Amino acid sequence: MARRSPAPQQSERGATNDPSTPAQPGSWPGEDVELLRRLRAGEEAAFASLVDAWSGSMLRVAVAHVRSRALAEEAVQDTWIAVLRGLAGFEGRSSLKTWVFRILTYTCRAKLERERRVPPLSDVLRPDELGAGPVVAVDRFLSADHPRWPGHWSRPPVLWARRPDEVLLDDELRHRIAEAVARLPQRQRAVLTLRDIEGFTADEVCALLGLQAGNQRVLLHRARSAVRASLEDYLSVEAR
Amino acid sequence: MTDVDDLPCDELVELVTDYLEGALDTSERARFEAHLVTCEGCRAYLEQVRLTVRMLAHLPAEDLSPPAREHVLEAFRAWRAGAGEG
Repeated sequence: MARRSPAPQQSERGATNDPSTPAQPGSWPGEDVELLRRLRAGEEAAFASLVDAWSGSMLRVAVAHVRSRALAEEAVQDTWIAVLRGLAGFEGRSSLKTWVFRILTYTCRAKLERERRVPPLSDVLRPDELGAGPVVAVDRFLSADHPRWPGHWSRPPVLWARRPDEVLLDDELRHRIAEAVARLPQRQRAVLTLRDIEGFTADEVCALLGLQAGNQRVLLHRARSAVRASLEDYLSVEAR
Repeated sequence: MTDVDDLPCDELVELVTDYLEGALDTSERARFEAHLVTCEGCRAYLEQVRLTVRMLAHLPAEDLSPPAREHVLEAFRAWRAGAGEG
């Protein structure tokens, strides 16, 4: 889960007693203890650096739930306020980050429920959440009764690049990816955002969204496949 | 001649996520990987999915707007004043 947190400066842990050192949001329990101490002691620098480190990710996750940027900003603010209220009672049974993102999830669901009727958090996947049909268009494959290669590619995909770092994530591409993600059904969007954009593990996402492992995988599969499909033509042409 | 055990491409694409998640059982994974050896199209597809995930991981996050950030910090000061030194 530490993929986008600033790297914890473990060798300088002693230096965190210095009030001028900004807190490094921890990804392991030992650092959480120090951070909690500073937060509970009312150190604004510690709280501000946490807000700055995590709010971007929280905004992105919130938008995945509530869709609107304005509602997402409200949800993130409400979450931080709820975090402050709950700080005294936080027992450290999960990491600080998991706890904060759990509050964020509840806050987003509450907003959704106020804005419109939302079905209760359920593990059962509705058909509209899955999307219809196979993840790659049927006409990309030879038919099942093809004499030699049933079910094989009729128009195979091409490599987008010889090496991953050859694909330039410029503004245009980022915009297309963001659009593709925004078009996804809500729970596909939420799973993809938490897993692939924010780097939460499968177990963490299942806990956050109330999903069984198999259903989380199905939602991830549909979401990733849709984003890939929406980028395929653009990146295949670019690669030539 | 098609090997009867060969995984067709239109089935492989439905198994890609399970494969990347390590959720295929041993024999399924063996079939999956055996097919990849001989199928350039499926190798390209798998690589496209991997690249998609990699690009998603590199999307930059936006910041909280300055007024929202200030609102949160003010809430902190109010909380600190109300709670006293912890």
